[in-house]
Amino acid sequence: MIKISELDHDFKHEIAREPGGEHIKRCFSCGTCTAGCPVREVTDRYNPRKIIRMALLGMRKEVLSSDFIWLCSACYTCYERCPQDVRITDLMTAIKNIAVREGHTPPPFTTQIDLLKEHGRLYEIGEFENQKRVDLGLPEIKENAEEIQTLLSTTGIEKRVASRK
Amino acid sequence: MKYALFLGCTIPVRSLNYELSARRVAEALGIEFFDINGFECCGYPVKTLDQHTALLLAARNLCLAEERGLNICALCSACTGTLAEANRELRENPKLRSRVNNDLNATLGKSYRGTVEVKHFARVLFQDVGLEKIRERVHTDLSSLQLAAHYGCHYLKPSHIYDHIEDPEQPHTLDDLIEVTGAKSLVFEGRNRCCGGGVLAVDEAVALAMSREKLDRVVAAQAEAIVLICPFCDIMYEYSQRKIEKTFNTRYGLPVLYLPQLLGLAMGISPDDLAFRLNRIKTKDLLDKVTPPEET
Repeated sequence: MIKISELDHDFKHEIAREPGGEHIKRCFSCGTCTAGCPVREVTDRYNPRKIIRMALLGMRKEVLSSDFIWLCSACYTCYERCPQDVRITDLMTAIKNIAVREGHTPPPFTTQIDLLKEHGRLYEIGEFENQKRVDLGLPEIKENAEEIQTLLSTTGIEKRVASRK
Repeated sequence: MKYALFLGCTIPVRSLNYELSARRVAEALGIEFFDINGFECCGYPVKTLDQHTALLLAARNLCLAEERGLNICALCSACTGTLAEANRELRENPKLRSRVNNDLNATLGKSYRGTVEVKHFARVLFQDVGLEKIRERVHTDLSSLQLAAHYGCHYLKPSHIYDHIEDPEQPHTLDDLIEVTGAKSLVFEGRNRCCGGGVLAVDEAVALAMSREKLDRVVAAQAEAIVLICPFCDIMYEYSQRKIEKTFNTRYGLPVLYLPQLLGLAMGISPDDLAFRLNRIKTKDLLDKVTPPEET
């Protein structure tokens, strides 16, 4: 049951202020997004229309702490089809960015940030990998993690995803 | 046709067959690739956590290409999308651009100017080289093959970052690039569907179920192989194929080819030079069918 006293009526405005979330209030709940969603086709845990509805109602806590917001595959099918130009893929990104600031980062993403910090990329390229490349006649690649580290610490993202898991 | 080649994270470690075949085919078609040591993560995996950080990573790569005055050609569709989107946003939004440039300047002494373009390799083949020129180079007849084109998502969408150059509901460039070899590109239900790669890290079961659905449809259409242009899609359809077979108690044994492997084959480049031996699902039957025995 939804209790009106527990809703956060500013949530939709908060999302609209976040890059990518600007068009949330245009949604008229037609369900085009959900009907064509390839994730929804294999699991009913993800339902973009429902998530947008929850956000518009102000169910801030439920949305931000949910695991379903992370199930968007970012395929942009709904983005292209939405008759109201809600830009749902970007909207989901906006919601996830807020969730991260509130300490809700799924563990796999923390690992990815660690890898980027260490190697500048998601897959290490060390001696072993370079030997394989050279054997095939491909040029060696030198990791350049330092600059990536610098950028990650400038924005504070590494601290944000590491805290309050 | 000179491009800075953007490999991203996955290809230079996990998709060497894609990289090698792309380089061979590019060379044969007069596309010159320049390797920039210093290209790192495009920013894609970070966007979901923090868009500003992702923009900085993307802009840093764009700056490196700008410093050399080269447009970027990317092999990975997610890299293409991320870099092209950042390029567009930074060009069109002066406020965003100055915020990004402030950070880039303070930390790395770099500044984004907006002077280069970003294109996917398949788009370079279609637009810059063109079907006619590729057709002239086709030596081996592949007309006995029936193939399933998998466009993936980020090669086409969001379409505004690519100036709506191709309708994502009715794409044709990958079909055209397959059919220029003589092979048939099949029409089948759900062909534009996502591979599921985007949710693999978060929920493997969901990702595998998405891929399974596509594999079922590809096999039902009697395709002999999937042809694709993105390493994430390959991780789903090729690396994960065994796992999907086990999970859903089924059997596909369906080869997965990268587009330049197919093109290279048609152009008479040897399967070895196209690194067919690195394909995890064996391609021997397919190669036997199109290559005279003494050349395999």
